[in-house]
Amino acid sequence: MIQALWQFEFLQNAFLAGVLIGIIAPLLGVFIVVRRQALIADALSHITLAGIAASLLIGKYSSFWQGINPVYMGMAFSAAGSLFIEQLRKVYKHFEELAIPITLSGGIGLGVVFLSLADGFNSDLFNYLFGSVIAISRSDLVAVAVITVVVLVVVTLLYKELFFLSFDEEHAVVSGIRGKSIQFIFILLVAFVIAVSMQIVGVLLVSALMTLPVAASIRIAKGFKQTIGLSILFGELAVLGGLVLAYYLDIAPGGTIVLLSALILVAVLLFKRLKQRKS
Amino acid sequence: MTNSNTIIDLQNISFHYGDDYVLDDITFSIPEGAFVGLVGPNGSGKSTLIKIIFGLLKPQKGYVNIFGQRINKFHDWSKIGYVSQKANSFNSGFPASVFEVVSMGLTSKLGLFKFMKSSHRDAVHDALQLVGMNEYSSSNIGDLSGGQQQRVFIARALVSNPDILILDEPTVGVDANSTSDFYQLLGKLNRDNGITLLLVTHDIGTITDKVTHVACLNRSLHFHGETEEFEQFSDRDLSGFYGHHVHVLSHDHGHGGV
Repeated sequence: MIQALWQFEFLQNAFLAGVLIGIIAPLLGVFIVVRRQALIADALSHITLAGIAASLLIGKYSSFWQGINPVYMGMAFSAAGSLFIEQLRKVYKHFEELAIPITLSGGIGLGVVFLSLADGFNSDLFNYLFGSVIAISRSDLVAVAVITVVVLVVVTLLYKELFFLSFDEEHAVVSGIRGKSIQFIFILLVAFVIAVSMQIVGVLLVSALMTLPVAASIRIAKGFKQTIGLSILFGELAVLGGLVLAYYLDIAPGGTIVLLSALILVAVLLFKRLKQRKS
Repeated sequence: MTNSNTIIDLQNISFHYGDDYVLDDITFSIPEGAFVGLVGPNGSGKSTLIKIIFGLLKPQKGYVNIFGQRINKFHDWSKIGYVSQKANSFNSGFPASVFEVVSMGLTSKLGLFKFMKSSHRDAVHDALQLVGMNEYSSSNIGDLSGGQQQRVFIARALVSNPDILILDEPTVGVDANSTSDFYQLLGKLNRDNGITLLLVTHDIGTITDKVTHVACLNRSLHFHGETEEFEQFSDRDLSGFYGHHVHVLSHDHGHGGV
């Protein structure tokens, strides 16, 4: 496999993109999970699909547009979707969770209609729903790399504010932290990360990369920083292990990555139980 | 009250939703070094008053001065420590260590894009030492008892070295033994560390022997003054205020001890 990795550019793209997404998806996932917004990733990934489909549709009529990576349109839709969710939350103050199914079903409906108009229903749809590692191009990789740098810089700079807001939003605002602006920046980051991650694991599985590693680490970590560290470690194990397994067993990489994350989670839960029994 | 520095000064505050008055013409001030108990039954407007002090709600009438500055001009919120009632109902599964929770208290003092230095780490340990929780600094906050958690939240409020600590129903959900330890800690912080305290509670019976000043709120201010005067404020008045009979414990003051 090492030899093939040197030989084939698409394998390099897949592995490098995987390494980067294995860092940023669980990193943002920690903040999402502790705020009990785990499902937001699902809603945004479905909106991203609508964006990608819209881009394919425009590309059908404009040859200029064909040169533009559909992932950017996906990001734009995802960002707009994140603002839409925030708005819906305000409208349905007492039913905040409604924002998720509204956005999710709206996104998939829009995406499916756009795709059918663009005649991409057969092959493309499958790729977007379940991910397609082989299709990751150099320009996709560049997009992932840029987003990774942005996420790492912003989270480092705003770490203490994000941490405080996640722990106790009301108190953080009383202490003079600008909750709204920071929440806005954060949700934009989430939208971008989802847009770039879905190429590897697909619309249906992207939220797993943000939540499963966190679900595992939260059980055994001491402190918040350790939770982040372990989440990234589990995320990397799942992505890299999943890609290698998929290569040798010739199975779908997206699904393999998610199953591996679930296995890690089960292993951690068993480990925790054994430890509790001993003490 | 005029001879010492005033930390918080409320003048003629009124707040209403439509015709429904939540606060009616409230005037009172908190002098430096005082331990003020703001008492009132549920729904008396205590929480609204706290929100007005923090500038989260704007009163329709009256104004708030903090350290002599109008509230909209005041920005140094690290001078005011806050311990909320919500601290008891935070998500107890949250994966944060005691050290991390206390360092949250430095967030606004540090400001955006600044990182903790070793002096800040020392400040966190000092604050934990002060509330007797330093040995737990690497434990997860969710693994502690309610009383211990509340001490940690006091440390979080103290770490930025505030001049005043505002506590909103801090003992809700804390067992009786821990509550009495907790009041002892507050008394110590007030006497030995010179921290001004504003304690908001519905529990009038247990605090009169701890505080130096009492303010009774039920939409309007029914009493405001030093604790000694409050004890002469007759039982009859107090029953009218609470709507039922309340017995105020009498205690010996003036020896400086609790």
